[in-house]
Amino acid sequence: MKVIYLDNNATTKVAPEVLDVMLPYFSEYYGNPSSMHSFGGDVAAKIKEARVQVAKLIGAEPDEIIFTSCGTESDSSAIRAALEVAGPGKNHIMASRVEHPAIKSLYENLAKKGYRVTFVPVDGAGRLDVDYLYQYLSDDTALVSLMWANNETGVIFPIEEVSQRIKEKGIFFHTDAVQAVGKLPIDISRTGVDMLSLSGHKLHAPKGVGVLYIRKGTKFSPFMIGGHQEHGRRGGTENVASIIGLGKAAELAKQHVDANDYARIAKLRDKLETSLLERVTNSMVNGDTEHRLPNTTSIAFEYVEGEAILLMMNEHGICASSGSACTSGSLEPSHVLRAMGVPFTAAHGSIRFSLSRYSTEEEIDFVIEKMPPIIERLRELSPFWKQEAEQAKR
Amino acid sequence: MWEYTDKVKDHFLNPRNAGVMDDADGVGEVGSIACGDALTFYFKLDENGKIKDATFQTFGCASAIASSSALTEIVKGLTLEEAKNVTNDDIAEYLGGLPKEKMHCSVMGREALEKAIACHLNEPEKEVDGQIVCECFGVTDNEIERVVTENKLETIEDVTSYVKAGGGCEKCHDSIQEIIDKVHGIERLPRKLPLKLNTLQKIKLIEESLEKEINPTLKKDAGYLELLDVDGNRVLVKFRGTCASCSKSDFTLKHYVESRLRELVSPDLVVEEVQL
Repeated sequence: MKVIYLDNNATTKVAPEVLDVMLPYFSEYYGNPSSMHSFGGDVAAKIKEARVQVAKLIGAEPDEIIFTSCGTESDSSAIRAALEVAGPGKNHIMASRVEHPAIKSLYENLAKKGYRVTFVPVDGAGRLDVDYLYQYLSDDTALVSLMWANNETGVIFPIEEVSQRIKEKGIFFHTDAVQAVGKLPIDISRTGVDMLSLSGHKLHAPKGVGVLYIRKGTKFSPFMIGGHQEHGRRGGTENVASIIGLGKAAELAKQHVDANDYARIAKLRDKLETSLLERVTNSMVNGDTEHRLPNTTSIAFEYVEGEAILLMMNEHGICASSGSACTSGSLEPSHVLRAMGVPFTAAHGSIRFSLSRYSTEEEIDFVIEKMPPIIERLRELSPFWKQEAEQAKR
Repeated sequence: MWEYTDKVKDHFLNPRNAGVMDDADGVGEVGSIACGDALTFYFKLDENGKIKDATFQTFGCASAIASSSALTEIVKGLTLEEAKNVTNDDIAEYLGGLPKEKMHCSVMGREALEKAIACHLNEPEKEVDGQIVCECFGVTDNEIERVVTENKLETIEDVTSYVKAGGGCEKCHDSIQEIIDKVHGIERLPRKLPLKLNTLQKIKLIEESLEKEINPTLKKDAGYLELLDVDGNRVLVKFRGTCASCSKSDFTLKHYVESRLRELVSPDLVVEEVQL
């Protein structure tokens, strides 16, 4: 069965060009970049090149880039470093209520260790309550961490503006830009961001490699302590092939962003969204459609449950995700949808479609054709659907 | 992705007996949209009082739909007396098993069946059976006690998997633990410790903790702990039974015993194993 992959916010396919540049570094060129011989030194030169490629993608300097093992490591390193260098008395940390677990769980963990944590609310469309954020900053605030774009809804936070305000107050600012990098033009030099996390496998590089951007002059304390790799900011022998792959992926992503290729993806996304809303009654989009990633839509189908929808889609080879409780093993719908106040009737039946530059119009047409009967079938099984239909008739 | 059996997949993709029954002899509704799953179960009796036909309507995940479908197949041909004995485990077994986290789907089936039978017998709707323990999902102490007893559940996590209790704000976890302990006859020592223990009190408390708390746990693995001496804060013990020869005893057991004793008696205690 053909796979129609619309789950690119979960992970992406490794671009063929990326795989090509990686392969020799598993076999022929296995030198250690730290070695004194040129067999290792040549590998170090390729890592240097990758560092330049990644830096260009976000408008940074190469020595502001450190390679990590994943987005979560980048997040943890950033937050822990910020707290370590913040100094005594700085006991307050802030983030939004819709952060990825890499930040959310870490903050909850820090709260147990005695930090005062403020989670900033969002409105019904998933937009950050900026006034609330500013209002709750205080003298003991050590750091603010806000995601650039939300993984479930694609809603974009005004990071450029907010980071400047936070920086002016001398408070450390971190952004989890895992979903934004490669999908939006980003120029870090025009922001007040001190640290930024990104992840390779969200932009067509392999899993197991990430990046932490650290603005020049920012005090830092390493999380992984060991050798002198990454100028002592992240010990451990480099994941060479993946780093080289990430460099290539960053170069490709920059070409796509510069060529505005994402306008094409947004058009496909919009076609999917409007067609499904037209064809399926009692469906709606979760989140702000104006400030949103070009590849993401979260659609709520009322009175049906997300896991059941996904498994029926799976029968057609269509891959997506759900904010429903049942898919995660937890019993409550996603914290993102709950923070937005999405009603239960809709939250349990929310499906996220996330496209990539490899998504085609034929695939979108196929999904548009297959989705309505799936929802209809599950609604026929649902005791609430009949009640709703009867009420609508009256 | 969940590991569903082929039977679960089959009953999800091709549900048996789905739909409303207009002339039902009994109807049972459980769950709500807020909880994430809900089931309405209908049955019709034949002239001999046996269930002739059963149908369902379900809002929920694949295993909720499959459990409902399975339930309608299981009860067909049963008398109401026989149907009363259908357990959630029967439903799970019929489907070749359910992932543990999804066992609540089978419990929902059993509850709907009971409600439908009570509805037919004109038994008054029980208002709330017991005291609400989990406010997030509206689960009572009696429901928890029943599911713990019937399914021999041992942890809070198990209880959450079976009846959802404790899966929300987690405030009720202590109360759930108390119910589990009560069912299994485990007596926990009071948490509040006297500020300063004299040596005699300390030894007594250590002995009590070993007897009531630590040794019953160890005995599951057929071993136990003998108290040899208490010297200041040093607790000298000897592992007996299987524990003694188990290679884990060195680290795991010592660590467990020490942390429990520190919690129950005094935070300064050090456990030492005496080699005789």
